[in-house]
Amino acid sequence: MSTLLEVSGVSVSFDGFRAINNLSIQFAEAELRAIIGPNGAGKTTFMDIVTGKTKPDEGRVTWGERNVSLLGMSESQIANEGIGRKFQKPTVFEDQTVRQNLAMALKNPRGPFAVLTHKKTKRNAERIEATADQIGLLDSLMRVAGNLSHGQKQWLEIGMLLAQEPRLLLVDEPAAGMTSEEREKTTDILREAAQTRAVVVVEHDMEFVRRLDCKVTVLHEGSVLAEGSLDHVTANQRVIDVYLGRGHA
Amino acid sequence: MRRSFIGENPSVLWFLLALSLFTLGVTVLSEVTGVALISTSFVKTLGKTLCLCLIAVAMDVVWGYCGILSLGHFAFFGLGGYAIGMWLMYARTEAIVLESLAGQPLPPTPQEVSDAIGNQIFGVVGSSEFPLIWAFADNLYLQLLMVVLIPGLLALVFGWLAFRSRVTGVYLSILTQAMTLALSLYLFQNDSGLRGNNGLSGLQNIPGYEDTSQAVISIVFFWASAFALGAGYLFFAWVVSGKMGSVIKGIRDNEARVRFLGYHVESYKLFVFTITAVVSAIAGALYYPQAGIINPGEIAPIASIYLAVWVAIGGRGRLYGAVIGAAFVSLLSSWFTGGGAPPLNLGFYTIQWTDWWLVLLGLSFVAVTLFFPKGIGGLFDYLVRKPE
Repeated sequence: MSTLLEVSGVSVSFDGFRAINNLSIQFAEAELRAIIGPNGAGKTTFMDIVTGKTKPDEGRVTWGERNVSLLGMSESQIANEGIGRKFQKPTVFEDQTVRQNLAMALKNPRGPFAVLTHKKTKRNAERIEATADQIGLLDSLMRVAGNLSHGQKQWLEIGMLLAQEPRLLLVDEPAAGMTSEEREKTTDILREAAQTRAVVVVEHDMEFVRRLDCKVTVLHEGSVLAEGSLDHVTANQRVIDVYLGRGHA
Repeated sequence: MRRSFIGENPSVLWFLLALSLFTLGVTVLSEVTGVALISTSFVKTLGKTLCLCLIAVAMDVVWGYCGILSLGHFAFFGLGGYAIGMWLMYARTEAIVLESLAGQPLPPTPQEVSDAIGNQIFGVVGSSEFPLIWAFADNLYLQLLMVVLIPGLLALVFGWLAFRSRVTGVYLSILTQAMTLALSLYLFQNDSGLRGNNGLSGLQNIPGYEDTSQAVISIVFFWASAFALGAGYLFFAWVVSGKMGSVIKGIRDNEARVRFLGYHVESYKLFVFTITAVVSAIAGALYYPQAGIINPGEIAPIASIYLAVWVAIGGRGRLYGAVIGAAFVSLLSSWFTGGGAPPLNLGFYTIQWTDWWLVLLGLSFVAVTLFFPKGIGGLFDYLVRKPE
């Protein structure tokens, strides 16, 4: 499998605090990966860098077969390159319907004039319905997103990401605040999505990570501490120290 | 396509129907038909009110739909007024000058004519030179182009600088206030080329129609204002109804999300800001010939704040709400400040509304914000049940 995204030697500091410290990490096409780590390990900052929200002080972030650098690009350009991002809190457009939410996310020309003259087509409607079906919201297309349950909002947001047809999906704590039944379904959605694209899940919850059953990367103080299967990394003495808080001098 | 648009937005049809009936009613009752139940000056007030409704619709799109609280849209309104006022003043002065010079034995040279016009227009600020910005003032069509071009360009440049630097929220509002304040202060100067604090006057006299009565002129402008409001309403209803509406409402509710969906948020903001600025300018170009005079006080920061108050009271995020708010508050304002409202005697103190109207307006604004965030337009939600 070829490398889809490669982050190498990336560092970033905020007011002297080194959030990311010489971080190197790579993702292959069509893989499911979990990133875990204690608070302040740099998980969200890592996502901010990949999606263009934060510019690193040094290092490279390269993307795709032709190894284009993502560092000079704006958020929207990176999104159009094929990187989708799900926020920690479910962020859907609450006063619009599920259909409108998905229609906005659907992969189509993104310029103002293309959008202004956009016409509803049968093909787009079918794509929207297929995505809604995937996230179990086919019956709720006409509902206002604000009236959905917490879990449904999370799925809608994942659905919006899928509708973007990204090659890499970054998902920040998808299981937070979910019932165990909802978690199960979320796991299914993510695993299915990972069949055809790379899905990177940042998660606190070890139980959820175990359910994902995938390669795990442990971040600590802005760099990779360990990588491998969940059993492998949890057996790592340094990981145990960090998680139990004894690693600090 | 068209039918489905109206079908999905029945309020547009209702609005256009109400506007047509209103226009027809006012025309029938005006002095033009001889019924004369509505005076010419009140026809002008109503025509001006329609222009204010149009800029309120634009404000609702930029603020209520896109979430950009611009407190500077009256600058564009004023620039539109100045642009048309320049032609009106030039053409009328030219006619007067030519008439007065006609009796001379030698026909006047173009230079003499130009000097005489310059003297007439700029004598009041101690000058007779035509500033560069009056270069097109002798040509109605070019000057009409300026009505949309100048405010459009200002909005484009200002918006580009502001949005590109990701200035949002209250900082953007302050920046727009600064813009309109700076413009107004500049225009107050005598050497700004636009007659300083005298402004442009006599705009109600339409060159070429000196023999037409003001009753007819007022009705024509009233119709033009109604048509502009109808067309502007239809256009913006179309803009906000489709996917564009989805995206700009998305920007209002969660800018970052829209950005990560791959939309270039700044372009969208710039588009909305500029297009609403142009419509505001058109509204201004129709307003000031009915008002008769424009001066830099018109684009003082407070004017744009009133605009936001109208839209808030009428109901943000629905176009008819903006129309209701602008019409209701501005008419009420002229009733109160024009001495129409009888003083309220409390025994120990008599409330003179000319002094207390602003207090009342301020209190209403606070009350609406706290208790009726949907404004007057929100009352329609009780009439029409929306799908869940």
